[in-house]
Amino acid sequence: MSELHYQPDDFEALPENARQQQEIPPGLSYWAKVWLRFRVNPRSLLSLLTLTLLISMVLLGPLIWSQDPSQIWLESRLQDSQGGLVAVLVEPELWQPNIRPPVTVPARPIALLATTEQVRIQWAPLADVRHYWLYRHTRMPQDKDDVGLPLGYSDTPWYEDQLNLKSRLYVYTVVAEFTDDTQVALPVLEVTPQLAIGLSSARLQGLVAESAIVGDTVTLPAHPLGTDALGRDTLARLLLGGRTSLFIGLIAPLVAVFLGAIYGGIAGLTGGRTDEIMMRFADFIIALPFLLFMILLKVLLGIGPGENGIMPMLLALIILGWPASARLVRGQILQLRQQDYVNAALLLGANRRYLLGRHLLPNVMGVLLVALSFAIPQAIFAEAFLSFIGLGVTAPATSWGTLSNEGMRLILSHPQQLLFPAACISLTVLGFNLLGDGLRDALDIQMQEGPA
Amino acid sequence: MGLYILKRCLYGLVTVWFIATATFFAMHALPGDPLAEDKAVSPEIRRNLEQYYGLDKPLYQQYARYLSNMARGDLGVSFTQKNRSVNDIVAEHFPVSAALGCLSLLFAALGGVLWGGLAARFRNRWPDNLIMLCVILFISVPGFVLAALAQLSIVEINRWLGWTLLPVAGWGSLAHMWVPSIVLGLATMAYLARLTRASLLENSQQEYLRMARAKGLSRRRIFWHHELRNALLPVVTVLGPAVAAVTTGGFVVELIFAIPGLGRYFVQAVQQLDYTVIMGTTVFYGAFLVLMVLLADIVYGLVDPRVSLAEADHV
Repeated sequence: MSELHYQPDDFEALPENARQQQEIPPGLSYWAKVWLRFRVNPRSLLSLLTLTLLISMVLLGPLIWSQDPSQIWLESRLQDSQGGLVAVLVEPELWQPNIRPPVTVPARPIALLATTEQVRIQWAPLADVRHYWLYRHTRMPQDKDDVGLPLGYSDTPWYEDQLNLKSRLYVYTVVAEFTDDTQVALPVLEVTPQLAIGLSSARLQGLVAESAIVGDTVTLPAHPLGTDALGRDTLARLLLGGRTSLFIGLIAPLVAVFLGAIYGGIAGLTGGRTDEIMMRFADFIIALPFLLFMILLKVLLGIGPGENGIMPMLLALIILGWPASARLVRGQILQLRQQDYVNAALLLGANRRYLLGRHLLPNVMGVLLVALSFAIPQAIFAEAFLSFIGLGVTAPATSWGTLSNEGMRLILSHPQQLLFPAACISLTVLGFNLLGDGLRDALDIQMQEGPA
Repeated sequence: MGLYILKRCLYGLVTVWFIATATFFAMHALPGDPLAEDKAVSPEIRRNLEQYYGLDKPLYQQYARYLSNMARGDLGVSFTQKNRSVNDIVAEHFPVSAALGCLSLLFAALGGVLWGGLAARFRNRWPDNLIMLCVILFISVPGFVLAALAQLSIVEINRWLGWTLLPVAGWGSLAHMWVPSIVLGLATMAYLARLTRASLLENSQQEYLRMARAKGLSRRRIFWHHELRNALLPVVTVLGPAVAAVTTGGFVVELIFAIPGLGRYFVQAVQQLDYTVIMGTTVFYGAFLVLMVLLADIVYGLVDPRVSLAEADHV
């Protein structure tokens, strides 16, 4: 008698959550079972946690972080993360630079004044000079030609620099050009300007009281994530943009899935010729190239004066989004109508309303939930894509896509301007994708997928 | 089969007609005048121009003329670029987009099947987990972010090396094509990997594999001749949507890498509201995508003898 020889290949490990599934106690309601199955999947729980954090951050964030996201602040453009810096108040004296210099000055250039509002340099006058040329560098010059940004020239032995100064090291070079066309570079001057803000602009922005005087110090607002190209606080804009992105990303699929469910439900229940025609129409809209048509719809709906492009985007997403869930619901209803318990209910005299509320809708809910959690990332992607190519949300509103678009222009110098909104989009989409996967597994639904 | 293809072609034609009509009326609903220019044109010249372009006719005649032009393959003229028809623009820029798209689809298909196969082979072990983690990441990160990150990395690598390993942007040589096409194909590759893995796992339970093993076939032969061939069938179904994803994804990638393709041109036309070019390229893209989806469906019917296309229509 031959013996059976089992190879390791003949055995197969149960899926990780299979054991858990068997432990589900009987007698629980459908959704309690779903929750038990959902709970054992760490990725689903992680996604749920991430999404809760993101959504509460975007909803509650602006209440806690109350900086105005549209406050333009040209003094602090494109800065990296910084705490609340202390600045000294100065009188800008923008248009009166010709202050009489002191009589005795050393031979090499010195800085009489060094704040981020102005750096005033002075040096001993030389004979037979046509102009003094001034250059500014952000590091020590390597050789005599490496002098940095040309600032201009001065006919007097002093100069005032006000060009986009920051509180960091600058190296100034003064080159004297003589009347016989020869040039001589003076010894370089190293300066680290003190952070300063003009008294009048500080008053305008409400940073100081009217009684403040020159020489007082003021604590500037902190920018934990830095500022954008107009000096607006990145964190505040990120929170504001998140509201827009999540609003579009959640509302559009919700409405689309709801409308689609009604449409598909009617088609599935009515059946026959009506069903055929309704579904042909839905098929037709599905066949339209999605993003291409989004662009077309956006151009058609346009952005009127005083609008910010959120409504056209919502409308376009809903118009193109509903047929997928209509198809899904109709398919489910057709399947359910074949079920014995539905026939039994019908035989027992159940009317349409009872059937719908008691048997059909609860059974469709699961599929709808999964469809919703996959439709949300698609809507967020569509918003980001359109905003990125400049067809989306416009000022004063902003969105993560619009912020990415603005950040893209600065990618080489300030990559974080793109990375922050991009990370938010990715995290949200990742969260909803994982949530959808978890729900699908917990509800045990087979769904077709394809690239968006 | 023949009837099915005919039916699908008819649906495709209706879709293209709908896109063309929607574009036409969308563009006419917008305010503005294609002949409005910086310099004033005398009324006589303006009348002649309107007559030449047929703008003096009633709307339905313009529409009929537009449709008949489209049917003959004439996509219209650009009003902002003198002496340039949309056909010229498509002929000049589409081959670039097509080259980029084909290369990225190639990457996506090869990579997707490879990674999906590996994941299925090492099911529930660390290579599988790692691959599936990458897959979900690539699905979740928008294309423009991937493109921007890739570009930033090239810059950093070039700076670190001290010489130009890969060009940062532009078009013209093979070196320009690698990074944009890989970036463009990543999302599709991720979908394909996931699909291949799921399909391989589902197939691994099938009777014919047990049969093949019982016949004593080698593992390699079973994998290549039975397992993979059947598992790849669902992959063919997503080819149509994949072409669409690569096409619209190309808009952004071409924009970021400064590739002179039709996608970048289209986005620029949208931004500059060059209406006739938007109309022409939209209809062109629409027809192209409809055709691709149709082709993918027919190919699926041809490779899978179990699928009866006439019946598949009613599912």
